[in-house]
Amino acid sequence: MDSSSFSGSLAVVGNPNTGKTTLFNALTGLSQKTGNYPGVTVEKKTGTIRLANGQFEALDLPGTYSLAAASPDELVVPSVLHGIQEGAKPVSAILVVADATSLHRNLYLVSQLMELNLPMIMALNMVDLAKESQIVIDLPELSRRLGFPVIATHATRSGGLVELREAIGRVFSQDPPAEPGLFSDFAETRDQLTSDLSGKCKTPIPPTMIFRALFDERGHTARHLKEIYGEDILQDLLTRRAELTEEHGKLIELETRVRYTWIRKLLRDVVSHPELKVVTRSERVDKVLTHKLWGPVTLLIVLTILFQSIYSWAGPLMDLIEGQVGNLGTWIGSFLAEGMLKSLVVDGIIGGVGAVLVFLPQIVLLFFFVAILEDCGYMARAAFLLDRVFSRVGLSGKSLIPLLSSFACAIPGIMATRTIESRADRLTTILVAPLMSCSARLPVYVILISAFLPEKKVLGVFGLQGLVLLMMYMVGIVIAVPVAWLLKRKLLQGNLPPFLMELPSYKIPSSRTVGIRVYQSASAFVKRAGTTIFAVAVLVWALAYFPRPESVRQEHANQRVEATAQRHEARLALLFDYAQDRFPQGTDEQALESILRADKELAGLLDGSMADGTAELTRVVSSWKSLDADYAVAISAIDREEDGAYLRTSYIGRAGQLIEPVVAPLGWDWRIGMAAIASFPAREIIIATLGVIFNLGSDQDESSAELQGALRSAERSDGSPLFNIPVALSIMIFFALCAQCAATLVTIRKETGGWRWAVFSFTYMTTLAYLAAFVVYQVTSALGWGA
Amino acid sequence: MTLNMIRPGNKCKVTSVRGSGSTYQRLLEMGLIPDTELQVVRFAPLGDPMEIRLMGYHLSLRKKEAAMVEVAHG
Repeated sequence: MDSSSFSGSLAVVGNPNTGKTTLFNALTGLSQKTGNYPGVTVEKKTGTIRLANGQFEALDLPGTYSLAAASPDELVVPSVLHGIQEGAKPVSAILVVADATSLHRNLYLVSQLMELNLPMIMALNMVDLAKESQIVIDLPELSRRLGFPVIATHATRSGGLVELREAIGRVFSQDPPAEPGLFSDFAETRDQLTSDLSGKCKTPIPPTMIFRALFDERGHTARHLKEIYGEDILQDLLTRRAELTEEHGKLIELETRVRYTWIRKLLRDVVSHPELKVVTRSERVDKVLTHKLWGPVTLLIVLTILFQSIYSWAGPLMDLIEGQVGNLGTWIGSFLAEGMLKSLVVDGIIGGVGAVLVFLPQIVLLFFFVAILEDCGYMARAAFLLDRVFSRVGLSGKSLIPLLSSFACAIPGIMATRTIESRADRLTTILVAPLMSCSARLPVYVILISAFLPEKKVLGVFGLQGLVLLMMYMVGIVIAVPVAWLLKRKLLQGNLPPFLMELPSYKIPSSRTVGIRVYQSASAFVKRAGTTIFAVAVLVWALAYFPRPESVRQEHANQRVEATAQRHEARLALLFDYAQDRFPQGTDEQALESILRADKELAGLLDGSMADGTAELTRVVSSWKSLDADYAVAISAIDREEDGAYLRTSYIGRAGQLIEPVVAPLGWDWRIGMAAIASFPAREIIIATLGVIFNLGSDQDESSAELQGALRSAERSDGSPLFNIPVALSIMIFFALCAQCAATLVTIRKETGGWRWAVFSFTYMTTLAYLAAFVVYQVTSALGWGA
Repeated sequence: MTLNMIRPGNKCKVTSVRGSGSTYQRLLEMGLIPDTELQVVRFAPLGDPMEIRLMGYHLSLRKKEAAMVEVAHG
């Protein structure tokens, strides 16, 4: 759709929890596009509204209580509305969504919007809930006093949608409402400053933005304007603000007082509340759900179901995808000749992208539950219940679901941080989420634990293996506490927004909202798997495939020729022996004749044209067959040896040898170092890589007894065993803390709007993983666990 | 007396809000301005944060933030 064909752009604005997004979804359906505003972690959501008189672009702005920005991210809404936001088109009209049950507070934002000189309409949402609380609103009078149309809509049912669409059709030709004129004392200062400053800039500065900059005491707006309009304007703004503060006291105090006074006057005789407060259904539900005992119990049940779903219910679907990906690889592989192209397509592309697509069921299920929990209002209660725990490390209760989800997979966990409004909290949560032990680490733990840790009891009851597994899960949590604290307090300190959270009324979740949310997260994930993750998979494949030295091929071709020759020789020996026993010998002719007759008999029995032979002949045939079987074993051993040799001489193999001095203090040799590098796309790849390194082929999984045996018998160049308990622990702890997961890093980049935080994550996690592995190896070796 | 000291179920009236910065700004914008009447609904099971009701809606805030709000029995 060419954007020039839109007849206007409608900004949808409102307080959080007003049902704004549900209305937006109802108006635009699946025509939505999501992205990010450049440089901030704010989601940009646009859609198309099709009406009889044309189609309009709609922009769903993040929910906000005020146009006064308390953080850089909150500048997006005022910037978009003033037409100075990078990456957004100018707005031609405003649809403000207000909650009828708390109209008083909702009008605060409305009063600010009315000063923007844009045509406006209001959707007064949740009129059904207001009615339940016996709140009566005189709609025509409200609309008359505000000076723009007000349309009543329902929280969940589609009541009022037809009228709303009609009103949207008319809004673009409507006049802007009269400005409330609340700050007429400041109008002169504002206009004077606007004309002064606009002279210094190429483009005129919107006067209301100047007003915002004057009132924004901490200077977010002024700094933002400086970035757009240049250094020159900053000094003028600061001087004027100081003058105004001198004269009027705290400006934010003034703004809120003036606006709320105006609202009180405006709503007098328009809204009537019941004499005695009606206890709403929502309040009755909360008596249980936030109860001192039943609250935590319910939360525990909800979380159990959530985890059950992403851990177990997703399992069969994941196996199905894994199987289908495997089948696809085999099927496509059958059309391709053995060689580079086949390896690229089957191992590189299908294997690499498939390894990531496997997580799709977990993402869909998690987002299904998160969307329901959020849309019905329970998410805010969960945050309320557990805020105390998270506030200790400088986070809030809103980090609960993202962090818990990360135990299944960090990718949906990081995507779920979108529900956290505070940028610092969200970034901190994103950065510690990959420390939670995800399901991809489990195979690594399982194989190493079952291969190297004895099945003995600790303190008589606990199995050692289970305890070590538990420790691996705990280490991520324990490390996350100081990391979160440091990140929040030290790195992101300029940015500590308050935890003032509305507890919205409960409502039945809208199936459309839930559906769109699941669809959007799933499609975003698939798109990423098809682009960046695809590229990483191909790159790592190439590094592990090339250069394939001719000497390796030649050596193994020779081995195959030798094996074939040996079989040939053994076959002839069998034939000669049989012929000698069975047929008359004597002259040369007789001997030759006997061999030909023996060959005929043998061939007849082997190809089935002769039913059966003598006991003697049967014995020869079975020896013949076992020769073939031995040959097949020898050839496949050579094949695997060749795969292993290619990997060892590949670029990744060479890199492993290069970094051996670096990983030696961890107790690793170059083979483990190489496997760690090769598992950059996804941690579980290390198992297949170890399989290839130890010449077992790549089809190894964590329960493979063959691989466990190979690991136990692997030796260093000096003949000592490569693996022991300290080495196994050092590998496990490394994988518990490292960022070996390309998909997670790509997700961090996407969610934070740049590579900066992805690179940061990789760096800090790898450093942490290295140090922890070093300490664990050195300490456990010193304790003599390696003996 | 500050808001964090009010027992659940009791009503009070805001007299002033102290402090500065984004918490201060957000408290005022959410309607915690002088003369606003509110009711303390409950404290979370772990003792913090607290839930209050004002202007027809429910708000959760930490005790530390509530301590910035001066109230009088109303």
